[in-house]
Amino acid sequence: MSQYTTRQKVGWLIAIMVVVLYALIPIAWLVGLSLKPSSTIGTDTSFFPGSPTFDNYSALFKGDSEFGDALVNSLVCAGVATFIAIMLAAMAAYALARLNFAGKALILSGSLAIAMFPPISIVGSLFDVWRNIGLFDTKLGLIIPYMTFSLPLAIYTLSAFYREIPWELEQAAQIDGATPFQAFTKVILPLAAPGTFTAAILVFIFAWNDFLFANTLTSTSNARTVPAALAFFTGASQFDQPIAAIAAAAVLVTIPIIILVLIFQRRIVAGLTAGAVKG
Amino acid sequence: MSTEAVTADTRQTAQKPKKGLSDRARSERRTAWMLCAPAVIVMLLVTGYPIIYAVYLSLQKFDLRFPDDKEFVGLSNYVDVLTSTTWWTDVFNTVVITVGSVGIELVLGMLIALVMHRAIFGRGAVRTAVLIPYGIITVVASFAWLYAFQKTSGFVPALLGQNQDFFTTREGSFLVIILTEVWKTTPFMALLLLAGLALVPDELLEAAKVDGASAWQRFWRITVPLMRPAILVAVLFRTLDAFRVFDSVFIMTRGANKTETVSILGYNELITRLNLGVGSAVSVLIFICVIIIAVVFVKGLGASTAQQTGDT
Repeated sequence: MSQYTTRQKVGWLIAIMVVVLYALIPIAWLVGLSLKPSSTIGTDTSFFPGSPTFDNYSALFKGDSEFGDALVNSLVCAGVATFIAIMLAAMAAYALARLNFAGKALILSGSLAIAMFPPISIVGSLFDVWRNIGLFDTKLGLIIPYMTFSLPLAIYTLSAFYREIPWELEQAAQIDGATPFQAFTKVILPLAAPGTFTAAILVFIFAWNDFLFANTLTSTSNARTVPAALAFFTGASQFDQPIAAIAAAAVLVTIPIIILVLIFQRRIVAGLTAGAVKG
Repeated sequence: MSTEAVTADTRQTAQKPKKGLSDRARSERRTAWMLCAPAVIVMLLVTGYPIIYAVYLSLQKFDLRFPDDKEFVGLSNYVDVLTSTTWWTDVFNTVVITVGSVGIELVLGMLIALVMHRAIFGRGAVRTAVLIPYGIITVVASFAWLYAFQKTSGFVPALLGQNQDFFTTREGSFLVIILTEVWKTTPFMALLLLAGLALVPDELLEAAKVDGASAWQRFWRITVPLMRPAILVAVLFRTLDAFRVFDSVFIMTRGANKTETVSILGYNELITRLNLGVGSAVSVLIFICVIIIAVVFVKGLGASTAQQTGDT
């Protein structure tokens, strides 16, 4: 299997092109749509914009920007939820990967059950409880479910990564004269950091994507995140969907994801398959 | 996953220093539980308590527009839901979307996994491309596909010479919803299948090739049987995920044209109509459906692993 004929190479090239086009055509369409002048959007059905303009983008941030607020809310909610989830999951994953104790299987299967849990089943309860304790339409009200539902993903991914770390190095460093603290910060932390970072990316993507909680547990731009804000964008009239604005906003929130994917694709794949849990 | 836990367990036992250190073992256990406690408590508190509360609410007549009329009504909310045609139509719609999207994803995901697995070059390019749909916000993907297929704004109807708007018919709406789900989640399927493909030993395929098995035969007789656990896990996760489909339907039809799914029904009862009693009954029923699906799959997974040890 070492030598490939030209025909095989051309065949693979075509297969690869098909996969790449499959993934990119909807994105290209969205970018093209966002560059069309908003006046022609309801009538011009061509794939590429005739006279591209950035007006839709600048309109997003004009005045009291609903989109700007949503962007901040999304970053805060997804960011804080990721940070806390990774902290909690890292402790649990360390125990699961390194320590021997009864109940390990229980914790793993319990988190698996939560990974399969349908969020719609608790939306009503959270809605009612959050209204009563003042968490409705707050960022904390979103951070709590995001953090919870990303814990299984984080625990699985992290414990899979932590199992691969050569923990003997910690003792080796101590024998060589390092203090326990040095052994941890200089030897173990650098080894654990890449996996932890990968898990953080996956959790962030998960929280950034949520629509159900953002839709049901918020009502104003106080906590409404991007997906919910997009769904409730209003156009000139109430029944007219502001396609131009939505397309531009959609492209803007997709750019960070594409950058993350471009830089960390290898790690993300490793994390997804290590955890083998839905993200 | 459970197998992974088991191997981890045995590995740990093997590593464990000599016996007779029960004090140490006990302190190890205590440390372990202290480390796991925060995560476990959060998960129990934020999913366990609300689901119990949902069961409680589902037994009440409780409409937030008339909060004073709250009273215990037993199972009557469940009777109302289960005897309504809406619930069963919505279950049907959800099953259509689930089966349609997971079926297509499995075939497409396998093809993409094979391309990635056997790629001579460009593996990184394929991997990056495939991760973009995975990472994109579902609401954003739904808008992209909605606008592409809408008659007034999209290029697809003209491309297909279609005069009718896809979103005026039930079939058309289902088609676009399923395509969106497929586009967005095939990468996840492909990556899980790719991990499964890596477990198929090359020597086995080579040997079969030498024995004269065609590529088609090799795929069905060697690759697929060896990958069966990976396939089942991937299909299970995607099925459960597809069964709670909400974002794409909400954005594209909001349940119009008889495309309402069970999650949309739950949302409408709970949030739009503020009927927490009936809405919670719907929520609990969805929860039960998910448990049934999971149990069926886990049984199938057990059966397939058992079969594998005896079979081929």
